[in-house]
Amino acid sequence: MNEQEHQSRLMRWHVDGPLLAALLLLIVVGLFTLYSADGHDLAKVEGQALKVAFAMGIMLVLAQINPQSYRRWSFPLYVCGLFFLLIVEFFGYTAKGSTRWIDLGFTKFQPSEMMKLAVPMAVAWYMAKHAMPPRHRDVFVGFLICAASTLLIAKQPDLGTSILIAMSGVFVLFLSGMSWRIIGLVGALLAAFLPILWHFLMYDYQKRRVLTLFDPERDPLGAGYQTIQSMIAIGSGGFEGKGWMQGTQSQLEFLPERHTDFIFAVFAEEMGLMGVCGLLLLYLFIIGRGLVIASRAQDNYSRFLAGSITLTFFVYVFVNIGMVSGILPVVGVPLPLVSFGGTSFVTLLAGFGILMSVSTHKRMLAKQ
Amino acid sequence: MRKRRIAIADHVAEALLFNRRVLFAFVVVVLLFGVLLLNLYQLQVVKYDEYSTRADGNRIKLVPLSPNRGMIFDRNGVLLAENSPVHSLELIPEQVEDLPTTVAELAKLISIDEERQQAFYKEVKQQRRFKSIALKEHLSEKEVAILAVHLHQFSGVTLEARLTRNYPYGDLFTHALGYIGKINEKEYKQLEENQQSANYAASRDIGKVGLEKFYETQLHGTVGYQEVEVNSRGRVIRTLREQPAISGDDLYLSLDLGLQLKAQEALGENRGSVVMLDPRDGAVLAFYSNPSYNPNLFVHGISGKNYRMLLNSPDRPLVNRITQGLFPPASTIKPLLGVAGLENGTVTEQTRVPDPGFYRLPKVSRPWRDHLKWGHGYVDIYTGIIKSCDTYFYDLAYKLGIDKIADFMTKAGFGRPSGIDVHEENQGNMPTREWKKIKHKQNWGPGDTINIGIGQGYWQATPLQMALTTATLINTGARITPRLARNFHNQQQDQNLLIPLEQTIEVVNPNNWAISREAMRRTAQQEGGTARGAFLGASYNPAGKTGTQQVINMAAGREYNAKAINERHRDNAMFIGYAPHDKPEVVVAVVVENAGGGGSNAAPVARQMMDHYFTPQADKPALPTLAEVALMQEQRAARMLEREQGYAAEKAAEAQRKLKQQQGQTTPATPQAPAPSSLPATPAVDQQVQNEQNAAQNRSAQTSGTAVTQNNNAVAVSPTTQQQKPAAESAPQAQSEENSIDE
Repeated sequence: MNEQEHQSRLMRWHVDGPLLAALLLLIVVGLFTLYSADGHDLAKVEGQALKVAFAMGIMLVLAQINPQSYRRWSFPLYVCGLFFLLIVEFFGYTAKGSTRWIDLGFTKFQPSEMMKLAVPMAVAWYMAKHAMPPRHRDVFVGFLICAASTLLIAKQPDLGTSILIAMSGVFVLFLSGMSWRIIGLVGALLAAFLPILWHFLMYDYQKRRVLTLFDPERDPLGAGYQTIQSMIAIGSGGFEGKGWMQGTQSQLEFLPERHTDFIFAVFAEEMGLMGVCGLLLLYLFIIGRGLVIASRAQDNYSRFLAGSITLTFFVYVFVNIGMVSGILPVVGVPLPLVSFGGTSFVTLLAGFGILMSVSTHKRMLAKQ
Repeated sequence: MRKRRIAIADHVAEALLFNRRVLFAFVVVVLLFGVLLLNLYQLQVVKYDEYSTRADGNRIKLVPLSPNRGMIFDRNGVLLAENSPVHSLELIPEQVEDLPTTVAELAKLISIDEERQQAFYKEVKQQRRFKSIALKEHLSEKEVAILAVHLHQFSGVTLEARLTRNYPYGDLFTHALGYIGKINEKEYKQLEENQQSANYAASRDIGKVGLEKFYETQLHGTVGYQEVEVNSRGRVIRTLREQPAISGDDLYLSLDLGLQLKAQEALGENRGSVVMLDPRDGAVLAFYSNPSYNPNLFVHGISGKNYRMLLNSPDRPLVNRITQGLFPPASTIKPLLGVAGLENGTVTEQTRVPDPGFYRLPKVSRPWRDHLKWGHGYVDIYTGIIKSCDTYFYDLAYKLGIDKIADFMTKAGFGRPSGIDVHEENQGNMPTREWKKIKHKQNWGPGDTINIGIGQGYWQATPLQMALTTATLINTGARITPRLARNFHNQQQDQNLLIPLEQTIEVVNPNNWAISREAMRRTAQQEGGTARGAFLGASYNPAGKTGTQQVINMAAGREYNAKAINERHRDNAMFIGYAPHDKPEVVVAVVVENAGGGGSNAAPVARQMMDHYFTPQADKPALPTLAEVALMQEQRAARMLEREQGYAAEKAAEAQRKLKQQQGQTTPATPQAPAPSSLPATPAVDQQVQNEQNAAQNRSAQTSGTAVTQNNNAVAVSPTTQQQKPAAESAPQAQSEENSIDE
């Protein structure tokens, strides 16, 4: 009885208990790893904790909003995002060779970050207007919605983000019951597109990263260096790990980008396979919980959106760990909720805020 | 009813379809996690031994080695900028048993202020435990001695010696040498942009101003590397390979210590500058701006209090008066303007102009007055220069016209950067019709041209330009590029830095140039010449031209009385000269601010400089020892402090007086304190620093200065000159001074 009361109180605050617990645990693990990875600088960890707290606040606020409101605002939000991307295309702020930002004077705004949520929302909105499974025409329109934003972002150039955003839209199509025949067809088209991508669209540095994947030793001091050093770090961690703050690879600064994209290598070196298993289980639990929320949702829009957000989260985890452990090319994807950063936390936790909204508003919807 | 049933059926079907898809996705997720885990198992368990060995072998690190900065010498090989060891007290936290106790014990031996201690503890938190962290830097010799005795009592405490820049002659060479200081964020970014950051991996300092900045790349040298093996805790075990750093090249200047000392001595407490250069190749022999400041303060990070004092001083010690001070060149331009008139055929050697004591344009009622009230009678070019007759040059300028004057003078070297090897340079202003149109949105008037005739009006020049254009006159139209540095020297080669002369003016008749030079000789040597008194008995055949430049506008009809005028409103004394007349070796330009007439105040300074130059080496006074220099520096610093305190007191008194005036509301205008509203714009030297914080508010009304406009008593109060605003290019100076305070 007591537990039920507890449950209902969480429900009233629109918080999904299991999900929140798992997220908090993951974030704490992340902060400890960050402390070890980044020169034992307490001030930096405190700063990161502050950013996380801010992102958490946003998550809780977003959880209060009814999924139906999200649905109403999906398309306008997407159109806004496209507009911003066009502004970036023509008047954007350029740093490190890519134009991704709009300079607002006091801060720089990155519209592609907003599109990470706006694209799945827009596709889910469109697909939920029609009955499942979708007609071919609807699937085509869904693809168009993905493609418009993806191409604009790929042009910045930000290939990694554009692919992730495309996937978040495609996940909605997949969950909406797109026929397997089309899935097969799209897969075949993609395979055919790969050589075109390779020869005409990818930059040299992007190609180099892919090539290094197959043979990291071909350029041990250049593109391959990161991968080699991170594989050494992970491998030398062994089953039990070297202990927190004891990893030689990370503490002696052989590992580049220790506190950002390659933080998983620090964790694996110091915590060993045991720790890694624990971390993967934690991620699996979060993903499982997200899919449960999606499957319990009572309208198609909520289902699609919750499912897509969860699967995209998985893609982040998989791509990051895959690249750090040397089975995927090095693309700039952080380990979600662990890597140092501010914007990525806000986007990710905003997504989880929507998940919580879906999870806690459904009963009220049912009563209507 | 039927419809609804279908809808419900659809709902169920949809949920079922969705759940099937979700389940499929979850299976894929689990499978892919399995792939990740399998790979990690492969890495961490199957290949553990291999990677473990590789991690152990991963012990070779590259440590950058900083190159020694090139040293700087004067023309005779006297060391002007050296690298001397500075000691710092450093602790390795890992090896210290009880950090707070150790620090407290050390603080008993030498004084370590609270602020420094806190900064130290903060750094301890951020750094790895085995890294050495400085507790106190720049230890004095006494502190080093005390610590050396007691060091054995502590574990993990070391005395480290590092090389830093030292300028043994203190303020004597500051405006030439500049100084180095800690690299700031902006400079780091710039180094990165120029792909130089690797070369600075081990460097802490960078040239901030002067020659140190101009020749930074070559002075800095090339970074070296040490390949070291570290143990599992990161400590260096042994050095495997070393690529030594390559020291920066040594820089030899044209400057001469003896002349430099002479310039400082001759200027005394006066504000002003002396520049002496060789007209044959542009080599600068003396380059001194007074007051100066001690560059060593900046190397070690100047204190806020000291910096504010330098920045806000009404004497403007931070300003390099030779290249940044702007003055209307006044009568010093008469010889060159004479050449322009002769070459263009406006006048001839025989042309004579009547001088009744004023010059009047047809149809203009207001006269331009000559400095001699009763006039010079009929004047030719020789008398015009020798006696500095204004009326002759009013007439010449009016007939020649501004376009030809501006063209000739720009080619000679006015209104353009001289190209000297320091970045702190103001190009001055050689006004043209277009310039006035853009700047003042007014047409050029004949009155403007007449003012130009005596080097006034909108004309602004640096003392360096006055010297440089004198060299152009000597070289019959060939312009030099002044250089403080003569050559770079390293083991392999010498690199000459002097720049050959460039014939910038087409010569019609070389004799025209000789006429003006002859007039300058007579100015210094003939009875009646304005510089004759200063050069009486000089054996080296000198030539010169004086200039007196009025700082405030005298109301028409009022007499100039130096004693009745505030010290900072007195005339600026100027002199340009060269010697020997038949085969010139040196050019001197002297500006003494607020000293009075050029003949009696600036020319004697030039005389001392030339006397020193032409004294045979054996007869020259012995150079002071470094200990004597140090003592002199100390005394100068003390006097400067005294002066600054005086200014502060003056300012306070002035504020008091103002307050009283405001209360009384009756403000009798006295000549001692002209009301600020009646004064034209600020002179350039002051304006340069106006951008800097506090500058304006820290100046009293009296010291805020006035436009430097008219020749002595030649009160041509045209309306345009009243509105004059010197075009001071203040940005570079302000920037360089900002840079210097960043630590």
